[in-house]
Amino acid sequence: MKEFGYERPAHPTDALAMIAGVAGARFLGGGTNLVDLMKLGVETPAVLIDVTALPYDFVTDDADGGLRVGSGTRNSDLAAHLAVRRRYPALAQAVLAGASGQLRNMATVGGNLLQRTRCPYFQDVTKPCNKRVPDSGCPARDGEHHNLAILGGSDLCIATNPSDMAVALAAFDAVVFVEEPAGPRAVPIADFYRLPADEPQRETTLEPGALITAVALPALPWAANSRYRKARERASYSFAIGSVAVALDVADGMVRDVRIALGAVAPIPWRAYRAEQSLRGQPATEVAFREAADAELEWAQPLRDNRYKVPLVRNLMVRTLIELVQAS
Amino acid sequence: MSGTVGAPVSRIEGLSKVTGEARYAADFPLAGLAHGWIVQSTIARGRVESVDAGAALQMPGVLAVVTATNAMRLQDVDDGELLVLQDQQVHYRGQTVALVVGDTLEQARAAADGLPVEYQAEPHDVLLSASHPRLFAPDHVNPNLPTDTLTGDVEAGLAGAAVTVDHTYSTPAEHNNPMEPHATTAFWDGDRLTVYDSNQGATRVHQALVRLFGLEDSAVRVVSEHVGGGFGSKGGARSQAVLAAMAARMLGRPIRVVLSRKQLFSLVGYRTPTIQRVRLGSDRGGRLVALDHQVVEQTSTVYEFAEQTAVFSRVMYATPNLSTSHRLVALDVPTPRWMRAPGEAPGSFAVESAMDELAEACGVDPIELRIRNEPVTEPEGGRPFSSRNLIACLREGASRFRWAERDPRPGTRRDGQWLMGTGVAASTYPARSAPSTASVSAQEDGSFIVRLTAADIGTGARTALTQVAADELQVPMDKVEVRIGDSDFGPAMIAGGSMGMASWGWVVVKACRQLIADIDRCGGVPDDGLVARADTADDIAAQADLVRHSFGAQFAEVRVDVDTGEIRVPRLLGVFAAGRIVNAKTARSQLIGGMTMGLSMALFEESLMDAEFGDYLNHDFAGYHIAANADVQRIDATWIDEEDDQLNPLGVKGIGEIGIVGTAAAIANAVYHATGQRQRHLPIRPDRVLSP
Ligand SMILES: Cc1cc2nc3c(=O)[nH]c(=O)nc-3n(C[C@H](O)[C@H](O)[C@H](O)COP(=O)(O)OP(=O)(O)OC[C@H]3O[C@@H](n4cnc5c(N)ncnc54)[C@H](O)[C@@H]3O)c2cc1C
Ligand code: SF4
Repeated sequence: MKEFGYERPAHPTDALAMIAGVAGARFLGGGTNLVDLMKLGVETPAVLIDVTALPYDFVTDDADGGLRVGSGTRNSDLAAHLAVRRRYPALAQAVLAGASGQLRNMATVGGNLLQRTRCPYFQDVTKPCNKRVPDSGCPARDGEHHNLAILGGSDLCIATNPSDMAVALAAFDAVVFVEEPAGPRAVPIADFYRLPADEPQRETTLEPGALITAVALPALPWAANSRYRKARERASYSFAIGSVAVALDVADGMVRDVRIALGAVAPIPWRAYRAEQSLRGQPATEVAFREAADAELEWAQPLRDNRYKVPLVRNLMVRTLIELVQAS
Repeated sequence: MSGTVGAPVSRIEGLSKVTGEARYAADFPLAGLAHGWIVQSTIARGRVESVDAGAALQMPGVLAVVTATNAMRLQDVDDGELLVLQDQQVHYRGQTVALVVGDTLEQARAAADGLPVEYQAEPHDVLLSASHPRLFAPDHVNPNLPTDTLTGDVEAGLAGAAVTVDHTYSTPAEHNNPMEPHATTAFWDGDRLTVYDSNQGATRVHQALVRLFGLEDSAVRVVSEHVGGGFGSKGGARSQAVLAAMAARMLGRPIRVVLSRKQLFSLVGYRTPTIQRVRLGSDRGGRLVALDHQVVEQTSTVYEFAEQTAVFSRVMYATPNLSTSHRLVALDVPTPRWMRAPGEAPGSFAVESAMDELAEACGVDPIELRIRNEPVTEPEGGRPFSSRNLIACLREGASRFRWAERDPRPGTRRDGQWLMGTGVAASTYPARSAPSTASVSAQEDGSFIVRLTAADIGTGARTALTQVAADELQVPMDKVEVRIGDSDFGPAMIAGGSMGMASWGWVVVKACRQLIADIDRCGGVPDDGLVARADTADDIAAQADLVRHSFGAQFAEVRVDVDTGEIRVPRLLGVFAAGRIVNAKTARSQLIGGMTMGLSMALFEESLMDAEFGDYLNHDFAGYHIAANADVQRIDATWIDEEDDQLNPLGVKGIGEIGIVGTAAAIANAVYHATGQRQRHLPIRPDRVLSP
């Protein structure tokens, strides 16, 4: 681990000035991902700018009936917040399904959004990895990829985004508020993450030095009928091998509207637009749910060892939809 | 007689551990202490061409870069893993190629991270397969058992069998991962070396250091008062002890070397992957006429370790035709070593799964099948058992688990998305003792001090030995202090092979009895105290030629999520016959700990070998899954009263390992009962359930 400086500004303007002023400066949230990557030598920041003293630890109501969550809000506080649990239950469930109690107490919303992939090659600096060192190669494709992407990958990278929280945010069309050198910007979550394509090293559309300040959850009354389901290799404290966040608006046995996002299957939290499309206006039946899931997974490009994810997420989608019909 | 043996006594050192007062190997403060950090090879085979220490030595606080070029020369020993930095050869990825020493750990580590090492790489061979061209028959298997055995004619037996089962089962590499990583603090006082070392037996570490550094026995002291687990990986000296001692000698300062979690995945051993073909032949009623167990496994090119995977079959079931074999291939991989119940743990998975398959093929209840195949004498060799209570365990377990209510048909019980099933498997583990020495001294104030080089790796051994000594001396426990983990106390068995209590308890009993006789002879304790010493070498050599084993039965209930392939284990029950139980509380912890590790083996633990780079890829706790609390639901271990006067004066058989034997098979058999799909490869991950 390289030596580094440490700052803890209390004002956003100071934080932004610091990040602009020092080459190799990085923001630090709870540090549960960044510090691990520093120990591994994957990240080598010159200075850490701790953002947890900034005034971003809040959850408030927005005028339009949505919720606004400060980027410094700890994951455990987010999951425990009554408004989140009542109005966006899938989000609370997703956060609670992640990591461990200790980690959630430290982890922040901003840091969770920007956590890096768990691809084993990415985490080992003695090995090639296009994401870590552009053009060095992708050993995962022929190597260990049983938990890597079946959707949205490229020849250069098939990493999965590991965040549970971001899957729920994708389903709810969250908006990420950032301060960039050019000024503030509101980035819909659908535009926040990038697919790897030719540049797997670029994971978001943020400008270097961007500071995440808040995340807005737009009003969505029927989001109260939502659920997060995560499959994993042990009962707790492990990353997803497949997950779904689903919100369902059903009336008279018909699907009025639906949101589906998938986790652990793609380099980004994967919004299943095709499945949603095929369901709107259809009867809320298991048959329709299966067809919808297939409509999405038709596009899957599994590799040798991750084919199981296709039936896994299909089953998760169908089951969760059925459960939401029963709940509504 | 105060009679504490058998009671559920809490750990004596519990308070000092939870308050942080207990000192582990890396906790000893020493003036002038410097820190070593290991640099590991990034190729799996070849040579180190050069190590450029120039820049590192300019970094703040860096004291030395020890490499094969400048390292102190060691005397030859039979374990290549200990001959660190003696030549330029690279035998596996992750091998030690340098030790960077700094004033602080951080300084050493920063320099180590950037140390330029040039290699000449050669193509490596790291994948085990049953058709590997370089398979060979080792001279013997661990610890010193025949590689192959044959009784009768297995082929003829199989050919004539009414029912046969012939399948290949495999288990992955698994890493021991004790809570406390391997660590050593070493210093020299003139020509006398002292190491604070984390190990399962200071005697073996002492012997290794004496040989490697060419010293007298009295010139080396190994102190290991508290040890945070080992699971076999600390059974002998590991290279960090050698590096610390070497660097301390070279620099004339105390040196500490602590391994990182990641380094534990290449430097201290692991359980070999196994590929096991099991062939069973029986009559229609399930009575075996042939059993063949063929094992393929790996070792490294540095040290030959041959796991005794098939020995399970040599003791379990009666059959006139029985053969077992082990074949090994030396790959460019780290050296596999002992991991809790080496041999029996992976071997029982294969054979106890195959027995379940046979039970189904014959339409016989799996418990009844085992009862029908209960041998009178050892199936291989024909020696009598000192005691054998497998059937009693099966029956007791069946009644507690309500086995009689079980519907044998697979894949028929469902609760929502969960398929439910139950399974059973048998366990066994040898009950051996090894020569040890101890002393007991009577103090003027009526208290006693017992000294022996035992190790308490978290098992409760110190407490159990205190109970044993108190009972023998007929005083309350607080009148006895048991000091352990110091090679100055004389040679003793390690905490391994489930032999700790049998070996140490024996010598403590012997020393206490000697002391009482001496006190009687002297008419009391003289003013300057009295000391008795004992050695059990002759007693053990004089033991009758019997087969001594503990046995057990494991029962599992599982739920399998039809949508995701996730498996939950709502119930685990183990019933064991393991001789006398000295401490009901710590024994129960050992047994449920073993079963938990067996559950972990069944469902989670798997070190993934990367074919391209030649290392175990998932070398951290986010990637290498060990059962979490949420995975362990209702778990219970119990034992039947077993008296066996052919073991040792205490009548104990040992309980450290049997808990992990058979658990994985019981769970796999329950998964079959739930789903109708046989899982012959561990761990039973969701992807393997979903796409078999
Ligand atoms: C063992 C383990 C298991 C885990 N299991 C799970 C799991 O099951 N599911 C899951 O979803 N996650 C899991 N995690 C990951 C965990 O959720 C993340 O580490 C955590 O959310 C990161 O938040 P943080 O605040 O600690 O981020 P940090 O580590 O502090 O930062 C992460 C990144 O975000 C950047 N950053 C932080 N705050 C801001 C900001 N305000 N503006 C701009 N950039 C910022 C940092 O510069 C850094 O690049 C696990 C982690 C561990 C260690
Ligand atoms: S999948 Fe992506 S992160 Fe993993 S090795 Fe390939 S390029 Fe690197």
